[in-house]
Amino acid sequence: MEPIVIIGSGLAGYTLARELRKLDKTTPLVIITADDGRAYSKPMLSNALAQGKSADQIASALAPAVAAQLNAEVLTHSRVEQIDPAARTVRVAQRVIAYSKLVLALGADPVRPQLAGDAADQVLSVNDLLDYARFREQIANGKRVTILGGGLIGCEFANDLSGAGHHVDVVHPALYPLDRLLPEAAAQDLQRGLAGVGVVWHLGHTAVAVNRAATGYVVTLDDGKVLETDVVLSAIGLRPRTQLAQAAGLQVARGIVVNRGLATSQSDVFALGDCAEVNGHVLPYVLPLMAQARALAANLSGTPTQVVYPAMPVMVKTPACPVAVATVAGEVAGSWQVDCSDDGVCALYQDGNEILHGFALTGKQAGQRQALARQLPALMP
Amino acid sequence: MQVWTCVVCGFIYDEVAGMPEEGIAAGTRWADIPDDWACPDCGVAKADFEMVAV
Ligand SMILES: Cc1cc2nc3c(=O)[nH]c(=O)nc-3n(C[C@H](O)[C@H](O)[C@H](O)COP(=O)(O)OP(=O)(O)OC[C@H]3O[C@@H](n4cnc5c(N)ncnc54)[C@H](O)[C@@H]3O)c2cc1C
Ligand SMILES: [Zn+2]
Repeated sequence: MEPIVIIGSGLAGYTLARELRKLDKTTPLVIITADDGRAYSKPMLSNALAQGKSADQIASALAPAVAAQLNAEVLTHSRVEQIDPAARTVRVAQRVIAYSKLVLALGADPVRPQLAGDAADQVLSVNDLLDYARFREQIANGKRVTILGGGLIGCEFANDLSGAGHHVDVVHPALYPLDRLLPEAAAQDLQRGLAGVGVVWHLGHTAVAVNRAATGYVVTLDDGKVLETDVVLSAIGLRPRTQLAQAAGLQVARGIVVNRGLATSQSDVFALGDCAEVNGHVLPYVLPLMAQARALAANLSGTPTQVVYPAMPVMVKTPACPVAVATVAGEVAGSWQVDCSDDGVCALYQDGNEILHGFALTGKQAGQRQALARQLPALMP
Repeated sequence: MQVWTCVVCGFIYDEVAGMPEEGIAAGTRWADIPDDWACPDCGVAKADFEMVAV
């Protein structure tokens, strides 16, 4: 029998393989990955600097060890160039590999900022272990880091870098950080918390150019202001990797479109993790990916199963001001009830009947997240 | 009594405090938490990803 083929060795690919092996120990399994196949936890990339961790220390296992543990073949440094759903094959370099079932666990690409200047191509982003190693090397030679984007990843890096002794500037187009997730009062508390550990905010602005300077770089903002810096880190967003699927004729929207069984529009082709749009939801976090992996493993081993999403609050790893946020699912008429104290901000989104639909908690208030999450309606029951 | 952190998301479990709201009494050792327990922040099962002592 042809193997089950998984493309991608991130948390999605490897978690699926692990879940599958709990249910099916024998079906041949091939994992194809463009990177070195090391197992690692991506969320650690934005809180490992202050702990002084190298990329090697973040990695939990090398590819051969993972392969042995999963009873799988792991093909590293192998970028899949094409998938052919009609022939049930994938093409890697000169090889054609046949599959019985194919799983796309391709992740997402960092969005590149549009910048002028002779050093625009020196802007880094950190989305995998290799990026992290390169970033850590660069900041070893420079104290000042400018972060483009004050979203979840930008804020986490800001806190981690300042904890590691760097001077940090953050440029963010909205008037407060994490504006896509947080109501203003909670965002301002996060802004204050990070300012308290030395982060300098440039809110309401974008960077337009990066140029070389005598030492390091200068970043020019849209109001003409310039920031001198040693390293520029971009964290302005992620875009699901859909190109391979699109070229193969699979239905693609913001992500690779899959139903609640994680099936794409082509038979025997599935997708999960950051590349997937599950029943309309693109949720690039670990908790949804774990739920997807369990449901897909059941499907691949013959038990039809639909993924279920409980309410899934996201924790922002900013020790200077911890944040827990549960976004409101869909359009719900209601309003924020905001309560601020020395313990932080507790913002609750309630409808007309005082039913809770979302929350944003900062500081010590974040400790309530599990109790409050239980009151929330499930995202996909 | 020790403090543990989830290797995937950084979730902290303090044996002294336990997680009474999750039905895990104060003073429960990490070793005594059931294997089907999942990290409340990222959903990783205890059996799959070890927490590390901090
Ligand atoms: C800095 C940072 C911090 C984060 N913190 C948190 C957090 O605290 N909590 C949380 O829940 N989430 C967090 N996230 C999000 C979470 O890490 C991701 O949702 C998750 O890791 C995505 O896993 P994935 O396997 O889908 O993608 P990836 O890890 O990107 O894996 C994609 C894999 O596909 C391979 N690949 C891609 N294209 C090809 C090809 N053509 N051929 C072969 N292989 C290919 C790649 O080599 C890679 O192995 C964070 C993300 C970042 C970047
Ligand atoms: Zn966790």
